[in-house]
Amino acid sequence: MAEQSVLEIKDLHVAVEGNEVIRGVTMTIKQGEIHALLGPNGAGKSTLGYAIMGHPKYEITGGEVLLDGENLLEMEADERSRAGLFLAFQYPVSIPGVTVANFLRTALNARRSEDEGKISPMAFRKLLTDKMNQLGIDRAFAGRYLNEGFSGGEKKRAEILQLATLEPKIAILDETDSGLDIDAMRVVADGVNQLLGPEMGILVITHYQRFLNYIKPDFVHVVLDGKIVAQGGPELAEELDEKGYEWVRDTYGEKEMAL
Amino acid sequence: MTDIRHEEFTALSENERVALINKGYEEKYGFRDSDDFYTFKSRKGLDADVVTQISRMKGEPEWMLEFRLKSLEIFNKKPMPTWGGGGALQEIDFDDIYYYMKASDKEAKSWDDVPEDVKRTFDRLGIPEAEQKFLAGVGAQYESEVVYHNIKKELEAQGVIFLSTDHALQEHPELFREYFATVVPPSDNKFAALNSAVWSGGSFIYVPPGIHVEMPLQAYFRINAQNIGQFERTLIIADEGSWVHYVEGCTAPNYTTDSLHSAVVEIIVKKNARVRYTTIQNWSDNVYNLVTKRTICEEGATMEWVDGNIGSKLTMKYPAVYMMGEGAKGEILSIAFAGKGQHQDAGAKAIHAAPNTSSVITSKSISKDGGRAGYRGLVQVLEGAHGSKSNVLCDALILDEESRSDTYPYIDIREDDVSIGHEATVSKVGEEQLFYLMSRGIGEEEAMSMIVSGFIEPIVKELPMEYAVEMNRLIQLEMEGSVG
Repeated sequence: MAEQSVLEIKDLHVAVEGNEVIRGVTMTIKQGEIHALLGPNGAGKSTLGYAIMGHPKYEITGGEVLLDGENLLEMEADERSRAGLFLAFQYPVSIPGVTVANFLRTALNARRSEDEGKISPMAFRKLLTDKMNQLGIDRAFAGRYLNEGFSGGEKKRAEILQLATLEPKIAILDETDSGLDIDAMRVVADGVNQLLGPEMGILVITHYQRFLNYIKPDFVHVVLDGKIVAQGGPELAEELDEKGYEWVRDTYGEKEMAL
Repeated sequence: MTDIRHEEFTALSENERVALINKGYEEKYGFRDSDDFYTFKSRKGLDADVVTQISRMKGEPEWMLEFRLKSLEIFNKKPMPTWGGGGALQEIDFDDIYYYMKASDKEAKSWDDVPEDVKRTFDRLGIPEAEQKFLAGVGAQYESEVVYHNIKKELEAQGVIFLSTDHALQEHPELFREYFATVVPPSDNKFAALNSAVWSGGSFIYVPPGIHVEMPLQAYFRINAQNIGQFERTLIIADEGSWVHYVEGCTAPNYTTDSLHSAVVEIIVKKNARVRYTTIQNWSDNVYNLVTKRTICEEGATMEWVDGNIGSKLTMKYPAVYMMGEGAKGEILSIAFAGKGQHQDAGAKAIHAAPNTSSVITSKSISKDGGRAGYRGLVQVLEGAHGSKSNVLCDALILDEESRSDTYPYIDIREDDVSIGHEATVSKVGEEQLFYLMSRGIGEEEAMSMIVSGFIEPIVKELPMEYAVEMNRLIQLEMEGSVG
């Protein structure tokens, strides 16, 4: 296996419309590792995902983000994607008139070098069919307009299909479980589990510990008011589930105030 | 092109599709370079002498000369419209125009005179060289006898008449006179009057009762020089229970030094017949494109207009369907794309004059780089047209702060028992859509053009395949350099 890819987030500060939302986050995610980022609403979880992916609305006010030593912060979102980063959106955007297949083919072609040329129609069809079979997605899905009229569950499955097709080195799943009932959540989690392996590092951002019953993290980070306040193994998620975010706030929030 | 299934075709990349379309192009469509020209043109300017000369040159019957001269009077009397294009119309210099040229005249130019950017666009659209020259008006000739022999034979066997309008006047004088100018009289508007006075070229189609013309009548038109005139006149008669699809224009830039294009299209759809008329035009930005298109639908008849307008300095075009018989249907789909210095005042008219008639109008407009595109439409339900339905959907996409979209939906209902829907949206290409596509590795420019292509997809998918492919490529070209 080639050298492991590493996403390094170093003392990252992010502001949205002048307000600092992320106030110094540090985290290292390697290919093959599963990380979870837990935190209450408004803690800055989603901001972190958007900022790392390069949304223009999120202003980096300090720190670094490196992928295999390359400075991601100097890149546009499309360059970050081609470098091997992926963000599964909490609220995927609909693109009327653009089919899932057409979109995925364009995205695949965008990451191929000039020498490789564009993917052949046959090869693409096979690839897409394989991925859809693997995830148990109906073939008709490929011909639908991207996220247009999709149910909550379908949107999240479309995100996982993109993840499967683009094969990033590091993927961030932003509240992929939100808005799903328990059955839909299980289906999506099964999909993610199919894709896990030594080639992919993953950061699962979630509000609820229950999603982690299906995707078992190696590392757990707890974020509060824009800072990582606790880090540990899977047991930290369980403890959090038992004691709730109030416990985090009492344990770590106060301490912060006292300083 | 015909040997491939639609599904396979859509799976191909743009380049592969274009290559496929171009395969066998020369044999199929018979383009070749030629240098045997001959010359005639009228002098510049417009008066009774010029009109008389045009009619004499064509060897027309007396009634047509009188019709032309009467139309000229109407043109001279009618004031210039002040709406729509507004001030831009006042800039047209009617004395600085040649009103009649033999088609081959226009070809007596040099390829070197064609601007580089136009040539580049041709190349990038993958248009074969011979057709490029034709489109630019520099001398490709078309061997109609050889190539269209078989098609003509097939049509003739069905009793279908498909001729240039000039030839139809000569060869079918009675049929011609029965329908000519019955849908769009010269008094209709100033530019219909102008066309009536100086018309030349265009197509004449008659489809006998019950005949379905299976292939779209398109390739012929696309390359027939007489039809890319300035003042063409098209007349289509679909007799009872017949069916025909007619396609005009081309997505390639219609480079012309003529600044005024004013056509008239008249269509009569008889009982239970069906006509679809597809237009894709891409004018260079010096052109005024002022066209009157109208259909009369009898009982149970269906008319579909599919109208794509790109470029031009000013386009004013509102394809109309007059539903005169019970249960008639009209559908109008239009796309307007306005770039820098361009104004697209496009739209539709649906006139419900009989009970249980229905119309659907779908309009999509895109404006960028300070262009102005919009929808101007009329839905009218006359007294007695009970049970009629109409649905209007107009969407505008604005790509930057400098561009503009206008919507003028006129609704005039004089009957109670009707169902009328109107929905209009105006959107800007959103930051969120762009970011979403870019987060998948797609560059900003390509992401933008995907959003635009998707926006017009509901109409593009109604186009014949070659046109759909070219339309998408064209949108990509239009979008290039729009970022950043």
